Amino acid sequence: MSKSLQAQDHDLANHATQLKILSNGIFVDGKLPTFKKKLEPLSEFPLKPTSIEIFQVNVGYMCNQVCKHCHVAAGPDRKEIMTRETMEQCLEVLRNTKIHTLDLTGGAPEMNPDFRWFVEEANKAGVEEIIVRSNLTIILANPKYHDLPDFFKKNKVRVVSSLPFYQADKTDRQRGEGVFDKSIEALQMLNAVGYGKEGSGLSLDLVYNPSGAFLPGDQTSLERDFKKELKEHFDIEFNSLFTITNIPISRFLEFLIRTENYEDYMESLVNAFNPAAVKGVMCRNTISIDYVGLLYDLDFNQMLVL
Amino acid sequence: MSNTYYDPADLKKFGDIADFEPELAKKFFDYYGDVFAEGALTVREKSLIALAVSHAIQCPYCIDAYTSDSLQKGSTEKQMMEAVHVSAAIRGGASLVHGVQMMNKAKKLSM
Repeated sequence: MSKSLQAQDHDLANHATQLKILSNGIFVDGKLPTFKKKLEPLSEFPLKPTSIEIFQVNVGYMCNQVCKHCHVAAGPDRKEIMTRETMEQCLEVLRNTKIHTLDLTGGAPEMNPDFRWFVEEANKAGVEEIIVRSNLTIILANPKYHDLPDFFKKNKVRVVSSLPFYQADKTDRQRGEGVFDKSIEALQMLNAVGYGKEGSGLSLDLVYNPSGAFLPGDQTSLERDFKKELKEHFDIEFNSLFTITNIPISRFLEFLIRTENYEDYMESLVNAFNPAAVKGVMCRNTISIDYVGLLYDLDFNQMLVL
Repeated sequence: MSNTYYDPADLKKFGDIADFEPELAKKFFDYYGDVFAEGALTVREKSLIALAVSHAIQCPYCIDAYTSDSLQKGSTEKQMMEAVHVSAAIRGGASLVHGVQMMNKAKKLSM
């Protein structure tokens, strides 16, 4: 298993270095317009928040995987973890506001020793929806995690999991050797307790992100392909597939630069700018909390310490 | 002028063909957009066909464009290479099937 950028002492482990790269070069020599320039004609600059609906908590950067695109640069060698005291503060906020969704992420959030306590307390606090961003393989990583599907079910957690492809090759190249087979087994375990099954009320959504320097295709078409292939070959069912775009920060930025894809990728991103999406961007209704309790308007900004 | 006939940067300027003749360019790009929209064939299947045709006509711009597009639409590298083989088989077959013409002529000429 490869090391995180931090463990490699890589230049790009530093958020200031990343910001310097992202705000210079093609964005100052006039090759590409900045985000601000794109927003101004729409009278959307500065982009302002609406209200806080989603409370996203990063409970730590520790993970059992080292995915090549990870914007958190998570991995087994990352020791940053949220304490129960910080979780208590989060719960206090949830009890005293009208925020309806708690979105738990990491790393592998399940690896935080207080993860289960946090989920149970959030339920008691009356949060309408609790989302866990599970990488799936964690369920099989250790016997102590085997009962996670039952725990999720008991706590009515909505499970959202990454699966970059419905075949092993592309998945393993991005997420590590053997990840696909374990993900399939974990999905079958989730299905077995009712997740993704019609009428169960237990939501299992998959997240597709491209396994390379290209943008995601049409969500509806990919969802149809995923549903057909996963059902046919593995008898797996799930609710929705969300296609997301890889963000050019951290490990994915390192990949883009190393493979000389950076400029072309940034150009594809800028060309794909969709004015209609401006009103619905995540940072307008989300607040992102890092493992020490600092607030950001988005987890990507959390990683860049913006 | 560039020193080579093909410059990768020119692919991004494809739309500029409208500078010299806007009406026909508009008709072409509208048609192009409709052709590649989801229909009886999926957008992924259409992209694979385009990839195969790109190899048959050996258009470097098209090969770059439809390699990216096929990956984006969710095709695997194996499917993409099979599409290239379809192109190769048709091209090879097109040469070989003319062998019948050669045989016909040779038989007619020979004692």
